Amino acid sequence: MTKTAKKGEQKVKISVRELYKIFGDDPQSVLEYAQQGMGKTEMLEEHGHVLALQDINVDMQEGEITVIMGLSGSGKSTLIRHFNRLIDPTAGEIIVDGDDVLAYGEEELRKLRRERMSMVFQKFALLPHRTVLENVGMAQAVRGYRRADFEADANKWLERVGLQGYGGQHPHQLSGGMQQRVGLARALAANSDIMLMDEAFSALDPLIRTDMQDLLLDLQEELSKTVVFISHDLDEALKLADHLVILKDGYIVQQGEPQEILLRPNDDYIVDFISDINRARVLRTRSVMIETTEPAEGVAGDVDADDNLESVIAKSEGDTTKKYRVLQDGEQVGVLDMQTLVRALVPSQASESGMRAAAV
Amino acid sequence: MATYDGLFSALGLSDWCARGAGEGGAPMSMADLVSQSRGESGQEVSWWDTPFPSLDALHDSCDAIPQSRDLTLGLEQGFLAIEDEMSIVLDPLTQPLSVALRNALWLFTETPWWIMMPVLALLVLVVSRSVKLVGFVFFTIALLAFIDHYNYAMQTLAIIFTCAVICVILGVPIGIAMSRRNSVQKAIIPILDMLQTLPPFVYLIPLIFLFSVTEPKLYGIAIILYAIVPVIRLTDLGIRLVDKEVIEAADAFGMTPRQKLYGVQIPLALPNIMAGVNQTIMMSLAMVVIASLVSAPGLGVLVLRGIRNLELGVGLISGLGIVLLAVILDRVTKAALQRINKAQN
Repeated sequence: MTKTAKKGEQKVKISVRELYKIFGDDPQSVLEYAQQGMGKTEMLEEHGHVLALQDINVDMQEGEITVIMGLSGSGKSTLIRHFNRLIDPTAGEIIVDGDDVLAYGEEELRKLRRERMSMVFQKFALLPHRTVLENVGMAQAVRGYRRADFEADANKWLERVGLQGYGGQHPHQLSGGMQQRVGLARALAANSDIMLMDEAFSALDPLIRTDMQDLLLDLQEELSKTVVFISHDLDEALKLADHLVILKDGYIVQQGEPQEILLRPNDDYIVDFISDINRARVLRTRSVMIETTEPAEGVAGDVDADDNLESVIAKSEGDTTKKYRVLQDGEQVGVLDMQTLVRALVPSQASESGMRAAAV
Repeated sequence: MATYDGLFSALGLSDWCARGAGEGGAPMSMADLVSQSRGESGQEVSWWDTPFPSLDALHDSCDAIPQSRDLTLGLEQGFLAIEDEMSIVLDPLTQPLSVALRNALWLFTETPWWIMMPVLALLVLVVSRSVKLVGFVFFTIALLAFIDHYNYAMQTLAIIFTCAVICVILGVPIGIAMSRRNSVQKAIIPILDMLQTLPPFVYLIPLIFLFSVTEPKLYGIAIILYAIVPVIRLTDLGIRLVDKEVIEAADAFGMTPRQKLYGVQIPLALPNIMAGVNQTIMMSLAMVVIASLVSAPGLGVLVLRGIRNLELGVGLISGLGIVLLAVILDRVTKAALQRINKAQN
C-alpha cells in the first residue's frame, strides 16, 4: 500500500479545483458570500440557499481508490455526480485527463460518460425489464453494439463477479448482493478508466458488504482503475482508501492517506469519528514503527510494513517486551517495539499527541 | 320601475341606456310578459328581495345592457359563423377516421362468424396467454351469437377497436410530451379535466353542426374525445414515476434522450400505460351507447330502441350484452397488464 516509491510516476486523473455548488433560486447571486467563507447554516438563514459544496479541492491519482467519506447531508453524493456532470457546479473546475469537463458540449459529455467513466449506484439502478446479461452489456448497447457483439464480454464480467449462469435471469430474481454484483459487472464491462461508486455497498448486509469490498480490492489489484468511492462507513473507507477525503457540511475537513488521518486527525470532528474504530485492524506497522535501517538488536522476528497491528499482536502472543524488524520488499525499513504499538492503540492519547494547533 | 334605475341615473348613464333601447328591440322574455300581463311592472321591490345585479336585472333598468339569453345566442351565432371554415379544415383532417371506422365495421361484420370467432380467440391467447380466458371469451361470444346479437356485438367491437387504437396512437405521444415538460402538463391538464367532466351528450351538439350525421367520424370523434383522457394521464404519470435512480443510471452511461425514452422510460411506464389503455377501452364502451344517438351502430342502437319504445326485454338483453363485452375487454387487457407486471417485478 505504501505509495512513496511509486508516487513519482503517478499522474492526477481527476482534479477538482475550488468547486462550489449552491442549490436555490439564484445560486450565482449568493456565490460571492460562499466564496468569502460563509457557512452552510448562515447561508440558509440569511439567503435561503443551500450551500451543498464549498471550496472543494481534490486530486485523484490514476489507479488509486479515492474514498470520499461523510455523514448524510455532507454533500458526498452531490460531489460524485459532478465528475460525470449529472450535476453541474455553481463555480469551479473539474479536470479529467487534463480536459476541462465543464467546457464539454452535449456530444463530448456523452462520450465521456460512455467511454471514460462508469458508475455504480447505491440502489443498484438496474433496468428491471432487461435480463442480467443485457444489463451488464448496457454500456456497449448504448454505444450501438448488438447483443452478439457484447455477449461474450458480458459473460466474462459476470463470471468475474461470481455470477456465471445468471445471465438469463431478471434483476428482481436476484438478491440485493447479487444485484449489486451485476451493477459492478455493468460498470466494469463499460471498460472505462474511471469508476464512480456512489455508496455502492451501503444497502447490503454487513457480511455481503465485506465480500463485495474484498471483491473490489481483488479487481483493483488486477485492473488498477481510478475509483472514486463514496461511503458513510469509516471502516469501509479505511479498508478501501488509498486517499481519504472527509467531508462535513459541504467542505473538506481533512484529506490524505488514511493512516495519516488516523494518527494525526486535525479536527475534533475527525477525532470523534475515529474514536470508535478498531485501530489494531486498521493501523499498519509502517505507520507506528520507528524508521531506521540500522540493524536492531534483540528482535523477535520480522513483520511486513503493510501488516496491521492486530497480526503483530497475535504474533507476539501479547508479550509487550518484544521487538520486531519491519520489512518492505525484503529490506528493513524500521523497527517496531510492542510498547509503541500498544500506545498507538489508545485513541485519545494518540490523537492528543498528534493533534494540530487548531483542534481542542 | 326596476331596482337599478337609481344606479344608472346616479352615474349619468340614462341617455346611454335610452339609446340602447332603440337598437335592441329583442323579443320580450316570458317573465316580462307575465309581469306585464299582471300589471306588476311598476311595483316597488322590497330591499329583502333585491335581485343580484345580473344581466337580466340590469337590463330591466337599462336597455343598452344585453340579456343573459343573448350570451348563449351569441355563442351559437359565433359558432355558426365559423362553422363553414371549421368544416373545411376539420373535414379532410378527420376523413381517415371515417374510412377506418367504415373498414373496421365492414371487416368485423362481413367476416363469417366461423372465421371471426377463432381469430378473436387466437388474439386473446396471444395477448393474455391464458387458455381459461380464451374459453370464457369464446363462450360469451357464442352466447351473444346464440341470441342473435352477434352482428350488433361485432359492430360495437369494431368501433371500440378503432377508437381505442386511435386513442393510443394520439394519447401516448401527448402523455410523453406532458411528462417531459411541466409547462405542457400544466396546459393540458385543464383540457383533460374538461373532457372528462363535460357531460357526454354535450360533446355531440357541436359535432352535429360540424359533420354530417351519416359520417361515422361524428361518433368516432365523440368517443375518442371522451375516452382518450385516461391513456394520456397514465402515460404522463407512468413516465414520471419511473425510478429516478434508473434514469440517473441511463444518463450516467451516456444514453441519448431517444435511447432513454424507448429503452427505459416507455418500457418501465408500460404497466401504467396499459392500465390507461384498459380504462380507455372501458370508457369508449360507455360512450358507444350514447353515440348511438348520432347513428353509431351496434348494441347501443338496441338500448336506444328499448328506451324509445319502452321495450323492456330488448333494452335489458342488449344492456347485458354490453356488460358481457365490457367484462371480456377488461379481463383481456388486465391479463395483458399482469403479464407485463410479472416480467418486470
